[in-house]
This record gives sequence, structure tokens and C-alpha cells, in this order.
Amino acid sequence: MSVLAFAEQRGGALRQAALETMTAGRALADGSGVELVAVLLGPPALADEAERLARYGADRVLLAMSDNLAEYAPEAYTELLARAVEERGAKALVFSASARGKDLAPRVAARLGAGLASDVTELAVEDGRVVAVRPIYAGKLVSKVGFKADPALLSVRPRAYAAVENPRPGEVEEMTPQVDPEGLRTNVRMEAGEKRDRPDVAEAEIVVAGGRGMQGPENWKLLEELADALGPGAALGASRAVVDADWRPHAEQVGQTGKVVSPPLYFAIGISGAIQHLAGMRTAKCIVAVNKDAEAPVFKVADYGIVGDLFEVVPRLTEEIRKLRSEG
Amino acid sequence: MNIIVCVKRVPDSESRIVLGGDGRSIDTQGIKYVLNPYDEYAVEEALRLKEGAGAGSVTVMTLGGEESKETLRTALAMGADQAVLLKGHPSSDGLGTAEKLAAAIKEREYDVVLFGKQAIDDDNLQVPAMVAELLQLPCATVVVAVKIDGNKVTAEREVEGGHEIVEFELPGVIAAQKGLNEPRYPSLKGIMAAKKKPLEEVDVGDAEERLDFIELMNPPERAAGEIVGEGPDAVPELVRRLREKAKAL
Ligand SMILES: Cc1cc2nc3c(=O)[nH]c(=O)nc-3n(C[C@H](O)[C@H](O)[C@H](O)COP(=O)(O)OP(=O)(O)OC[C@H]3O[C@@H](n4cnc5c(N)ncnc54)[C@H](O)[C@@H]3O)c2cc1C
Ligand SMILES: Nc1ncnc2c1ncn2[C@@H]1O[C@H](COP(=O)(O)O)[C@@H](O)[C@H]1O
Repeated sequence: MSVLAFAEQRGGALRQAALETMTAGRALADGSGVELVAVLLGPPALADEAERLARYGADRVLLAMSDNLAEYAPEAYTELLARAVEERGAKALVFSASARGKDLAPRVAARLGAGLASDVTELAVEDGRVVAVRPIYAGKLVSKVGFKADPALLSVRPRAYAAVENPRPGEVEEMTPQVDPEGLRTNVRMEAGEKRDRPDVAEAEIVVAGGRGMQGPENWKLLEELADALGPGAALGASRAVVDADWRPHAEQVGQTGKVVSPPLYFAIGISGAIQHLAGMRTAKCIVAVNKDAEAPVFKVADYGIVGDLFEVVPRLTEEIRKLRSEG
Repeated sequence: MNIIVCVKRVPDSESRIVLGGDGRSIDTQGIKYVLNPYDEYAVEEALRLKEGAGAGSVTVMTLGGEESKETLRTALAMGADQAVLLKGHPSSDGLGTAEKLAAAIKEREYDVVLFGKQAIDDDNLQVPAMVAELLQLPCATVVVAVKIDGNKVTAEREVEGGHEIVEFELPGVIAAQKGLNEPRYPSLKGIMAAKKKPLEEVDVGDAEERLDFIELMNPPERAAGEIVGEGPDAVPELVRRLREKAKAL
């Protein structure tokens, strides 16, 4: 028996999500006293990353290496993962609830006839069975579920489990990457020319989010400077009001119809804190709000608030953080 | 072009969701139910595809109880041609629901099956890809743009830091994300017409549950925040607390 964890890669590089998935998978493996097996699908050059998966908690790394697996190949990935689950008699298979994990996990679940709990914030083994906690109704309620049968499939919300070093032997095994060509129906590639220099809002360590209080897209310079001061782990986020006004791209929207984020630190700048926005960020570890209205609902969820004009507060904040960073 | 759109009845996103007395269900009193917002994009896209093709039909389908007829009528009022109510309980995980939908879809003629990317009650984000897998169809989820040329589909889906282009040939599955289009409002004429459009009912029984429901809880309350101060002069104190108390910097 074993617990499997899908090690996500993109463009031949292991993603942060893969390391977080190892931590989540470890919790299930330790809880049931079995080994954690990382499954890594990708181009041959990626084999070197097996060592990193072992460093972050994989007892064993199962590799399927082929140039055909460099880009996301939904049918091939589904077949290889389902095969790995069956061959190992896996108790569970853990994904990240990333864009890819959310596309892939349901396919594998359907192939295996297995239950899937998505966007899980906590998982464990209780009395021998896998249980999971997940927000529903956009985080207005939390539901705890148990799996009626193995294998249990789960996708874990990015940032819910931190990547932590936990070195293991990480024995490498190769599986044949060949899949039934009959089943290959989809061609997926990354759109060219879209390389952002900041992390995605759903995966960032720090999110600097702006709302209608910013008054216009030209003022985003203020938030960019703050994000730059905070470092390369900081991403920009936005409320829907701002996205609807075309001030910012939809990819930055946080909330019920945008992304759900759980960063260690979230700045809500000129955001009122409507229920649909809160749905997207209330699981952040630390929330800071800047709003000129002391009654703004965002202050009800913020750990720290400053009541004031953001055009005065934000530049000062950037300055203080730069100072802090330069002191080391 | 023949299109099937799967839709679900869900509480309006503004609704306050309160735990029911049994601690296992929600108190439905005062909740306003709507057509799942992502399914509106799917219905709109279906109407546009049919209009673009100049021929075909749009069928909306749901798995649910008697009350889901209202949701189907909303989609009919937007312009769908006919509706199918699969009478039974959806499952709380996606697969049971997907199995019921796939079985019904299989019986019908279709070129495209459209979904919303996610139902905003269980927030599963599972059913479309599961239906695709069960029917051995190609699929694109979280789609923000789609082009269909003959039977060649090019869909753009949202991923971290950019977009992925997904290409496949019809028949296939597409799950709509916000941004795909601007859904139309049902016109008065549409609402009147919807009452006369065919609505088929089939008893399909309850979907299989693969998960046991253990507990439903309120989310942990966030301790009421501290207002650090007013204006820019409060900033040094904020930074100190972030560093020393929250250890966030
Ligand atoms: C189905 C549905 C889905 C939705 N999904 C989302 C979603 O995913 N994400 C989302 O964010 N919203 C969502 N919304 C919209 C949501 O209800 C709010 O309308 C939106 O979040 C408001 O954005 P905002 O806070 O930027 O704007 P506002 O509510 O207008 O707030 C602006 C704030 O800025 C403050 N302000 C103004 N000037 C200054 C200044 N100089 N200094 C400091 N503060 C200032 C004001 O006091 C105010 O609190 C959804 C709504 C619906 C119906
Ligand atoms: N009971 C249902 N009946 C019909 N379609 C559904 C049902 N549940 C989910 N769907 C469809 O699947 C999409 C994704 O739902 P989910 O996987 O539950 O988040 C929804 O937007 C609907 O298009």
C-alpha cells in the first residue's frame, strides 16, 4: 500500500505546488503508516528533479519520462496516473488544486470510479480512513467528509500546506510512459509570449490587492512599488469591481468568481470587503486592510487595519518596508 | 449544431448560508435560488454557437428535484429550445452526478456539451471533466474563449500566469469560466415563450455518494481585527506588528 502524490511540472520545471503536494501527501502516508510515492510525468530532462521530491518528503519517485509528456496531455496523464494507482493499490492520490490539478483530478477519479474531494484545506487519516476538510458555498461553510472506499482522491488548495524539507531515500522507479494512442484526443500548449514576472495570485506568498478605491489603472504603480518592496514572492490581486472596469486582468481577480487565495500575507487596499471578495481571501493567514471608511466590512476580517487615505498610506508603507528590507 | 448544456440550481451568491439544526444541512429559509452563474455563460455560449451555425438546437439538462424546473425555465427564457429534468438527488462529490448526466447525454444527439466551470454550492469543479472521461470525449475546462471552425475546437483556458490553448475535434466538452461572454437577460417575450417550450422529465434515481458526510461547520471566525491607527503615521506600528507579532515580514 502507498499514498501517491502528483508532482506537477510545467515547461519542464517542477512547480512549487508539487512540493506542497508532497507535504500534504506525507500527512496521509504517516497517518496510515505507508510510503509516499511521488508521481512525476514529463520530459526526460526532468528526471533530475526526483532528488528534490525526495528532499521534500517522497519515499519513492515514480517517473514516466517522454517528450510527449512535456506539455499537459490530459488523456495520457489520466491513463498513467490511473495505472499507477491500480498497480500500487494506492490508498490515496493527492493533487494540488492548481489549474492543472483541477482539470486532471476529476478525469482520474472518473477513470477509477473513485471519490474526489476538491480544494481541500486539511486532510488526515482517522480510524484508517481518509478524511478531508473543504470549504463550500464560497467558504461560507466548511464541510468535513470521509471516503467510503479507497482510493481517495484529493486536490489540496495551494498554500494550505507549506513545502517543508523532510528528506527521504527517494528511490526512483521508472514506469513505461507509453499510452494507448487511440485515446489521445486533445492537444494542449501554453499560449506564447505570456511570461509574467510576478507569481500567480493563487500561489503567491504575499498578495497586494487593490479595489475601486484605487480610482484608476494609472494608480497601480503604487501597488507595484509596494509589491516590489515586498520581494519576488509578492503578486498583485484585484477586486471584481476593478476587473469589470477593465483596470486589471481577470487573472488577478480574487473572490467567488475569481481565484481563491490563502497566502501568508494579504493586503486589501481600497477594497470594501464584499462577501464575494471575502470568499476568496478569508483563509489568508494574515490580512491587512487599508480603507478610508472605518465601517468597511473588510475590517471585520482584517488582522490589522489602517483607516486612512490609501494615497497617503501606501507610499509610506512601501517606504517602511524598503527600509526594513535594507536593514536585512 | 446540437448542443447540450448542463445547468444547476444553486443559492444566489449573496445569500447568507446558515447551518441547519441537524448540523448536516443548511437552513434553506430565505435563500434565493438561481441558475448557477457559470452556467449562464455556458447557456449564452450555446445560444451563440447555434446562432453562428444557423441551425441546430440547444437542450438544457439538470439533475435535481421538482424545484429545478424553475432553473430550466430560466435557461429556456434565455433562448434554449428544450429542457430535460433528470429527477434525482445530485451527489455531494462530482462523480455520482456525472454518471447520471453522462448516461442521459449518451442517449441524445450532440456536437458539444457545455457546462459551467463550477457549481457555487459545493464548489466541486469536477462534473464537466468527469462527464468527458465517462463519455470518452475531449474536454477543456475553465474556458475564457472558444473558436469552433468546422469540427475543430480551439479553446483558451485560464492557468496560473497565463493561458493554455486546448485543441480538439468535436464532439467534445467545454466548461465555461467568467469572461467567456456576457450572458443575455431573458426578455419578457423569452419568459413567455419559455412556458410553452418542451420540458421532459425522467426519473433517474439518486446519484451514488462516494463520500460520507461527517460534519458541516461554520468557518473558523477570524478574530476581529485591530485597527492599528489612522493615516500614514500608523504605518511604522503596522510594520512592527507584522514583523514581530504576525511574523509575516
Ligand atoms: C455573482 C457575483 C460574484 C462576485 N464575485 C466577486 C469576486 O470574485 N471578487 C470580488 O472582489 N467581487 C465579486 N463580486 C462583487 C462584489 O459584490 C463587490 O461589488 C466588489 O468586491 C466590490 O469591489 P471593491 O471593494 O473594489 O469596490 P467598492 O465596494 O466600491 O469599495 C471601494 C472601497 O474603497 C474605499 N476607498 C475609496 N477611496 C479610498 C481612498 N482614497 N483610500 C482608501 N480607501 C478608499 C471605499 O471606502 C470602499 O470601501 C461579485 C458579485 C456577484 C453578484
Ligand atoms: N446536478 C447537476 N445537474 C446538471 N448539471 C450539473 C449538476 N451539477 C453540476 N453540473 C454542471 O457541472 C458544472 C460544474 O459543477 P461542479 O463540478 O459541481 O462544480 C456546473 O457548472 C454545471 O454545468
